[in-house]
Amino acid sequence: MAGEPFDKLRTEPFDPSTLRQPFDPAQGRAQDTASSGHRSLRTGPCIVVQDLWYSYGGEVTALRGIDLEIEDGDYVAVIGQNGSGKTTLVKHFNGLLKPTRGRVLVRGLGDREGSPLLRDTAGLTVGQLAQTVGYVFQNPDHQIFCSTTREELAFGPRNLGLPVAEVRRRVEEALARFDLEQYADRPPAVLGYGLRRKIGVAAVYSMRPGIFILDEPTTGLDWRSTIELMELIGEMHRHGHTILLVTHDMKLVTGFSQKSLVLREGKVLVYDDTRTVFKHSEVLRDTQIEPPQITALAKRMAPYGMPDDVLSVEEFYAAYCGLVVRG
Amino acid sequence: MTPEISIHDLHFSYPALSPDDEPNPVLRGIHLEVERGEFVSIMGPTGVGKTTLCLALNGIVPQSTGGTIRGEVVVAGLNTRRHPVPELAARVGIVFQDPESQFFNMTVEDEVAFGPESLGLDPREIRERVDWALMMVGMSQHRHRSPFQLSGGEKQRVAIAAILAMTPRILVFDEPTSGLDPIGKAEVFRVVRELKQRDGMTIVMVEQESEKIAEFSDRVVVLRDGKVALVDTPDRVFAQVELMREIGLAVPQVSELAHLFNTRRNTSYTFTSLEDAYRALVPSVEPVGEVAYGW
Repeated sequence: MAGEPFDKLRTEPFDPSTLRQPFDPAQGRAQDTASSGHRSLRTGPCIVVQDLWYSYGGEVTALRGIDLEIEDGDYVAVIGQNGSGKTTLVKHFNGLLKPTRGRVLVRGLGDREGSPLLRDTAGLTVGQLAQTVGYVFQNPDHQIFCSTTREELAFGPRNLGLPVAEVRRRVEEALARFDLEQYADRPPAVLGYGLRRKIGVAAVYSMRPGIFILDEPTTGLDWRSTIELMELIGEMHRHGHTILLVTHDMKLVTGFSQKSLVLREGKVLVYDDTRTVFKHSEVLRDTQIEPPQITALAKRMAPYGMPDDVLSVEEFYAAYCGLVVRG
Repeated sequence: MTPEISIHDLHFSYPALSPDDEPNPVLRGIHLEVERGEFVSIMGPTGVGKTTLCLALNGIVPQSTGGTIRGEVVVAGLNTRRHPVPELAARVGIVFQDPESQFFNMTVEDEVAFGPESLGLDPREIRERVDWALMMVGMSQHRHRSPFQLSGGEKQRVAIAAILAMTPRILVFDEPTSGLDPIGKAEVFRVVRELKQRDGMTIVMVEQESEKIAEFSDRVVVLRDGKVALVDTPDRVFAQVELMREIGLAVPQVSELAHLFNTRRNTSYTFTSLEDAYRALVPSVEPVGEVAYGW
């Protein structure tokens, strides 16, 4: 299962009781569910990309005709070599970039109640999109600028025009969720890199965007901090947020994502279930993306009956136990 | 033989930010010896002092940072507290995570020449060093390009060339590939391996990716709470799956697999590479078909 990552290496499980009611009924996704009536069924796309082209300064063409639909509530890993267009693509979803040609449509924009309709992002600002699409920068220091962690977490919700009491409630909840209470009154700038990353994610979380984009969120983190952050992202996903994870770390892709979007030279090479994508190694080899070691080992052992879509150590072990013993 | 790097009971605290602050010890008694020509990797959780340890190897800690130091660091025969940083830097070169932050020249060639020029060497010597350094990292054909227009892996190779032009005996890498894509990572590791094998350089590398560490290192140093928790060959370090988890560090997936077999089937496997696992696991199962494709 793509949803059962890292086998027994997981850190402490999240306490679901702290998570079930975090959303603001007046502003967040709970309202979306109520107004659209079928939101919780996760049907239909929340992002539609139609023939998207993008050129930086007219010279380098970073995207060359992308057609794509991201289903609401999906967890999508965006992978490809540097220069394949990953960051350029996801920056279109929150309006940081506007298409040179083609269209990007995002659901739930344009009215404060949250709309089930897809709207063209062309005329919308980053600020308008921020309510629906959260973007966590690759480098937390591009995003963090307040004098305390608490202020940092309040900045987004306040900019959405939420009432003071609501801003405070969201900040406290984000502090608790991300285990940042002890750093609430300290300047983020003096905290360690892993903590600043967490604050970067928490600051976006406090805006309750339906769609969460994370650009290489674990670069520079040690293994434990990586797993902790991935667990938090997984929890947001289980809560109904759509997750777009840009990463080079194939262990995270196979361990956590449902679908993989593979880009190559500004085009979609393949977009499918993560298991299917890693099963078709010949497609991936073109992009020089290497599968996780355990997946590669299983493929090597295909002549002995190993399935060719093993994504985790546990899966490998279970499959090996089912092989025909020699002698 | 005298070790190339010898660290004895090294304690270090950065200077307090305000007079009321307690000094915060980062390194708390590090002992480590590295032989000439060895490739030693350093692992440890964020904040454990990996970068501080790197900087202690060419005297930046404590000469430029200030702070309180105890113990001794001797590199290539020089005690880091008795010789100035420029003298140490000629023997110990450090390559950092973000090469771009070090670039400021118009061309790759100028970038690499900058160090030797600042030593006041004669032009012919500088040219020879630049040619050699660019050749070593496979960037000779890019010498007239701007370093800012290169790919991530190329930038890091130029950064390595700039250090090589100082002709150090010891190369220290502080997470040199953490911002690179898989192609860039492979390029950098290929160069580092060459430097060890062909030129017998001593390599100290801070790295997170356990698969890469297992593939390239002679020994692995695991830091915990400012001390050396483990120092051994990769197969012995990565066999300690429980301890590594407790410290918060990853082991290669195949080492996890070995651990799983050992706990459930009472085997005594040690895997650090895909090959190890393949060779151990294949003999006890029957083939059922042909190889269709593989990696």
